[in-house]
Amino acid sequence: MSKPLPETPMLDQLESGPWPSFVTGLKRLAKDNDMMVDLLGQLETSYKTKKGYWKGGTVGVFGYGGGVIPRFTELKDENDKPLFPAAAEFHTLRIQPAAGMHYTTDLLRKMCDVWERHGSGLIAFHGQSGDIMFQGATTANVQPAFDELNEMGFDLGGAGPAVRTSMACVGAARCEQSCYDEARALRTVVNTFLDDMHRPALPYKFKFKFSGCPNDCVNSIQRSDMAVIGTWRDNIQTDDALGKAWFAKHGAKELVNDVISRCPTKAITLVDTKDVSKAEGISSVALNGTQSLEISNHDCVRCMHCVNVMTGALAPGKDKGVTILIGGKSVLKIGATMGTVVIPFMKLESDEDYERLVEIAQNTIDFFAENALEHERTGEMIDRIGLVNFLEGIGVDVDPNMILHPRSNPYVRMDGWDEEVEKANERKARAA
Amino acid sequence: MSEMRDPIESGVPDHVQYLHPLMKKNYGSWKRHDRPRPGVLHHVANSGDEIWTVRAGTQRQMDVYTVRTLCDIADKFAEGHVRFTTRSNIEFMVSAESKVAPLIEALGKAGFPVGGTGNSVSMISHTQGWLHCDIPGTDASGVVKALMDELHSEFIKEEMPNRVKLSTSCCEINCGGQADIAIVVQHTKPPKINHDLVANVCERPTVVARCPVAAIRPALVNGKPSLEVDEAKCICCGACFPPCPPMQINDPEHSKIAIWVGGKNSNARIRPTFHKLVMSGLPNNAPRWPEVAAVVKNILKVYKEDARSWERLSDWVERIGWPQFFEKTGLPFTKFHIDDWRGSRATLNASTHIRF
Ligand code: HEM
Ligand code: SF4
Ligand code: SF4
Ligand code: SF4
Ligand code: SF4
Repeated sequence: MSKPLPETPMLDQLESGPWPSFVTGLKRLAKDNDMMVDLLGQLETSYKTKKGYWKGGTVGVFGYGGGVIPRFTELKDENDKPLFPAAAEFHTLRIQPAAGMHYTTDLLRKMCDVWERHGSGLIAFHGQSGDIMFQGATTANVQPAFDELNEMGFDLGGAGPAVRTSMACVGAARCEQSCYDEARALRTVVNTFLDDMHRPALPYKFKFKFSGCPNDCVNSIQRSDMAVIGTWRDNIQTDDALGKAWFAKHGAKELVNDVISRCPTKAITLVDTKDVSKAEGISSVALNGTQSLEISNHDCVRCMHCVNVMTGALAPGKDKGVTILIGGKSVLKIGATMGTVVIPFMKLESDEDYERLVEIAQNTIDFFAENALEHERTGEMIDRIGLVNFLEGIGVDVDPNMILHPRSNPYVRMDGWDEEVEKANERKARAA
Repeated sequence: MSEMRDPIESGVPDHVQYLHPLMKKNYGSWKRHDRPRPGVLHHVANSGDEIWTVRAGTQRQMDVYTVRTLCDIADKFAEGHVRFTTRSNIEFMVSAESKVAPLIEALGKAGFPVGGTGNSVSMISHTQGWLHCDIPGTDASGVVKALMDELHSEFIKEEMPNRVKLSTSCCEINCGGQADIAIVVQHTKPPKINHDLVANVCERPTVVARCPVAAIRPALVNGKPSLEVDEAKCICCGACFPPCPPMQINDPEHSKIAIWVGGKNSNARIRPTFHKLVMSGLPNNAPRWPEVAAVVKNILKVYKEDARSWERLSDWVERIGWPQFFEKTGLPFTKFHIDDWRGSRATLNASTHIRF
């Protein structure tokens, strides 16, 4: 039995209704946990005054410089005594889950037991960066909680100016659109940068995210400094039996309105099966005995729409790989920016391919560490110095896939034109 | 204190050990999927193996009892393996269709809504708020609970034109992220500075550098080193508050809530888009934020009626145009909707393309 629950008329209103209530969960914990009793007290106060009462500080585990989010209460009486002393320290451990956020119940139960022993019993699955957030430990309990989780095979994530915890979509584990092994890529890359994660010394945070296809289920393009997104270079694969089954179920109206007319580059046409082009770069899928969809793959931008609508009948090609985009971030300080294409395509199958991926990541982080201003994200740095300087810094050649259109102003010195043309010709010769 | 234990710097654990056996067996070799009903995915592998996934909403901030209840359900009605989606939904995987209905029933009895798949309104990406952040203007979990109560019927059905992703953020940093509809705190007054504390707490050059409009300068106040804000320049973004807590930006009255729409990260159809401001000035009305819920529900209602199938909110607005968006939703169009931040001229209409 713990101390009595405070009155929480505001929070109580969040116990009714059909959605699972975190307040009910907090109260359940508070039955035998003073920290939760006092947490409810402080949270109710916030609801009343509309003010937050946490401040940061320095709390960590031995050997690491980050990964714990310290929280100390600021809700104090006139003698500087916490009003809710049992929740005066309420730190979070950010723990990295397995890529794809898979668990056995056995593992979850063990995590619960650890957090019952050393923490408040409150766990968030997951933070927006992808950590399991074990919320609510006293300063003294941070180390023992970490030690147990660490012995179970789990490690702290990132916080502060560091490489952060990463996320991958479910991908290869259970998705037909997956174009590479997202979880392997995540693990290979992130585990290369554990020093930059655990000992924050970068100009600012650096996030990787891994999505198996352009549907980008983990929102890598907007939320990561380096987004690795699956794609393919050859023709969309097709399955006539599933194409016919789709058409029989959905009919001409959906075919026209939902598939053909929604292709952003008008790459899809309806043709008589006997007229289907035999040319390279053309995919076709049968709809019935006489008609087929024809896709001009050189016009297709791999947006995924038709593949999503006609899953199975249409599928990503066989020559799979990834596109890498760099510089995505949220608002601070220049406004949100999306990642932009830096590697239009690379294979990600052999060990050498993975080594190249790590090398690109390493070059990017090295350049970022040396050139970004304090508290500047990679995207802001690229904004400031221009993409070309960044590309030269990480040793990547320019490519027209990096732009929407060429420059529309003459404000640039072009006295090196002839040399640049020579380089372009060399690149062409190398690619041929 | 006893001798400190060195950490095992193991990083990300191997995922394979936690995969459902069918996911392990068919890793990277799936053929197609369908959705037999809202909340259920049915995947077929190239090997012919089939797996059913039942998705349920959670409160994300979970007490150990809730987690154990979910584990009990997974052990009794599923096969002991679960995963979480990026939006904190939990997924149970089973190898036989016959296991789906009893699993759904067990989840229902325990109070977990089954849904969030396909063209539904899925769970809201959210952050920490008053529960754990040091800079929040509002709560996160409470706003989400209040809204998901209202949107529950759209979570358990698939009746939207396309999927709808929501987010909430308790300050303008927007940790909740881009979304079809994003709910974000918007401060409307410059920070009130507690000058007694600045010298002790804040690294002044850092704070000065943090301001996006260079509105902060070092100053001597009452003989002590402090900071001063040019209030005419200040855009009330709150960026100075994290590095300098005495620059109190949160205000019970003047920290408002804004609604943004049309963010999309998928590349399907139009390129990824950022969400755009459509409404602001809503009160921070805990514990249920009814004014915010009313605006969100109205936008969803109009979108549901007016958009065509497969149109995400951004695709829909792309077709109908912003003037009709404001007309159909009845939301006011004000001077604040016209961007004046860097690059803003590219957001103006440089054509005679106007819908009448
Ligand atoms: C000062 C205190 C801050 C607190 C307490 C805070 C809290 C958080 C938390 C708890 C998360 C989820 C982390 C996880 O998954 O483990 C998060 C994510 C995030 N934070 Fe913050 N944050 C702070 C400052 C910032 C700043 C200064 C920025 C922006 C420049 C920022 C941008 C983000 C973004 C964009 C995400 C989502 C990232 C993703 O999905 O990858 N946060 N924040
Ligand atoms: S990003 Fe693509 S591969 Fe990954 S889960 Fe989503 S649809 Fe599947
Ligand atoms: S995937 Fe290609 S063909 Fe299909 S809709 Fe997108 S651009 Fe068009
Ligand atoms: S959105 Fe702002 S207030 Fe909310 S958790 Fe993120 S940093 Fe904190
Ligand atoms: S609120 Fe934003 S604009 Fe105003 S002084 Fe602080 S950082 Fe500058």
